[in-house]
Amino acid sequence: MLAEKYADRIAKIFAKYPDKRSGVMALLYLAQEEYGWVTPEALEEVAALCDIDPTQVQSIAGFYTMYSEKPKGRYWLQVCTDLPCALRGADEFYRQLCEYLGLSEEGGTTADGLFTVEPVMCLAACDKAPMLQCNFHYHENLDMEKMKALIEQWRAEASRSDGDRG
Amino acid sequence: MAHILLRNRDIADIWQFETYVAHGGYEGLRKAIKEHTPAEVIQIVMDSNLRGRGGAGFPTGRKWSFIPKDAPIKYVVVNADESEPGTFKDRELLEKNPHQVIEGAMIAAYAIQATAVYVYCRGEFWDLAHALEERIEEARRANLLGEDILGSGWSCNMYVHLGAGAYICGEESALLNSLQGLLGQPRVRPPFPAQMGGGLYYQPTVVNNVETLANVPWIVLNGAAAYKEIGTPESPGPKIFCVSGHVERPGNYELPLGLTFRELIYEHAGGIPNGKRLKGILPSGASGPVLRATDEVLDAPLTYESVAALGSTLGSASFILMDEDTDMVWAAAKMIHFFKHESCGKCTPCREGTYWLERIYERLLDGRGTPRDLELLESVPRQIQGLTLCALGDFACNPVLSTLQHFREEYERYVGLTDAVPQAAIAGA
Ligand SMILES: Cc1cc2nc3c(=O)[nH]c(=O)nc-3n(C[C@H](O)[C@H](O)[C@H](O)COP(=O)(O)O)c2cc1C
Ligand code: SF4
Ligand code: FES
Repeated sequence: MLAEKYADRIAKIFAKYPDKRSGVMALLYLAQEEYGWVTPEALEEVAALCDIDPTQVQSIAGFYTMYSEKPKGRYWLQVCTDLPCALRGADEFYRQLCEYLGLSEEGGTTADGLFTVEPVMCLAACDKAPMLQCNFHYHENLDMEKMKALIEQWRAEASRSDGDRG
Repeated sequence: MAHILLRNRDIADIWQFETYVAHGGYEGLRKAIKEHTPAEVIQIVMDSNLRGRGGAGFPTGRKWSFIPKDAPIKYVVVNADESEPGTFKDRELLEKNPHQVIEGAMIAAYAIQATAVYVYCRGEFWDLAHALEERIEEARRANLLGEDILGSGWSCNMYVHLGAGAYICGEESALLNSLQGLLGQPRVRPPFPAQMGGGLYYQPTVVNNVETLANVPWIVLNGAAAYKEIGTPESPGPKIFCVSGHVERPGNYELPLGLTFRELIYEHAGGIPNGKRLKGILPSGASGPVLRATDEVLDAPLTYESVAALGSTLGSASFILMDEDTDMVWAAAKMIHFFKHESCGKCTPCREGTYWLERIYERLLDGRGTPRDLELLESVPRQIQGLTLCALGDFACNPVLSTLQHFREEYERYVGLTDAVPQAAIAGA
């Protein structure tokens, strides 16, 4: 339960606003961090915390691109393919990345559940294209060489932490 | 010339509180509080002719003067949603020179006697927003915000709110709804944010762009007359130009308003790569009309008035450049895809119109387009323009109508009205 586990963080969120309802976005992030995605139970929990209806929380979760209403790969790669980046080769970069990970041209999640690749709109980094966000952190001025190195790094990181758990 | 806004280009670690203070930081806020009444601060900003840098170019001092003095609760909201394709200036300011934005926001807050400031950061600015909270904490420890600021008896806190990926939340009334935990859709106006009933939690609220506020400390310190010496009389001050697309040196350029397109593109940003010629210019991201890069355009000054006279807008000054090989139908399709994706769905003309426009572009790019589609591209915008709750509907029509106006022959090739072979899309459609 978020309420017990993160009492301090939740109190800090609510302290910012005169109305509990304003905490809904920060709490959805917290739920996503805890469960990996916004699960139906998470919607209920957030709704109870903010004192609003779960259907309202659900419509908010569905409205924004950064909340995920289904499980994603451990590394969620959001590649900008908007016009300024596309003028600097982002569409081709996206295609090559999907091919390298064995995904269809649309992207999706790899069979091992490690990577989800999605196209996204402008991320305010157009001067550093091609670029992407991985779990909300920026990686800029990319090419496939750099990308392969990053993927190897993430794979190694994932197998290390799996080893720790095992 | 030393930078006024991107001071990080001159002083690398100005993001640090001590460095910022050592270089005159927070002197503007001190001066405002110690030497001026709130009304005087509003007058100084009004006299400076500072115009909003978020897109609409509204006079900042006038916006502040609309706030009712007797309202017990008032807010300043900093618009850091920066999501217009081609725009990346607020991010550099907040990452590299954050205290100047905090200081500008606190001067605005003093001028309207605000009770709290919220900085609405787009969700993707995740790392930036968390760093900004630390910078705000530093300012709080120095009593530059919080309780009884600098012994003045006035108290005002500052908070960061993270969005979660929605372009429409940059529109000020949608932003306020989002901050309130409502669906991030625009509100019916009036009442406007500055009025009772229209702002954050329905209290009078000033919403300003990050870059707008970054101008304010300098104006208070150096005076309105000095500010007006920069730029042109109608469009004074420095402006950050974001340059992207087909350009040798993409990036932010802080320059006085009034320089020409040619100077910005060729002298400062290094011109077009591979010896190519420039074909299309989007001076305000995806939301303003595209211009054909003629000599007349290239020699025009970059002011709000002159870009409007050319048939486009200076907006947030996000220059997306497209060389001679760019397929303009493909470029328009990209922008329509953006607006279709970002339409909040509240009004039918925008929701349905962008959907139909996207279908038409898909047909064109697939080679299934007919001359009838070109007629549709002209008639669908007529059912959107002026009929929607917010400006996104109008924005969505701009790429369609302006590419049709300036590059009609490219559309005609797609539907077989001319014999010439369609140009291949530069990066694959
Ligand atoms: C669809 C839409 C998106 C907008 N996005 C932004 C944005 O990302 N940042 C911004 O400062 N203003 C944006 N605006 C403009 C704001 O509504 C508002 O005019 C601005 O924040 C006012 O600040 P200023 O007067 O300092 O420019 C947008 C407007 C519309 C219609
Ligand atoms: S014009 Fe579009 S984005 Fe704006 S309120 Fe209407 S549907 Fe939403
Ligand atoms: S278009 Fe990709 S970051 Fe702006």
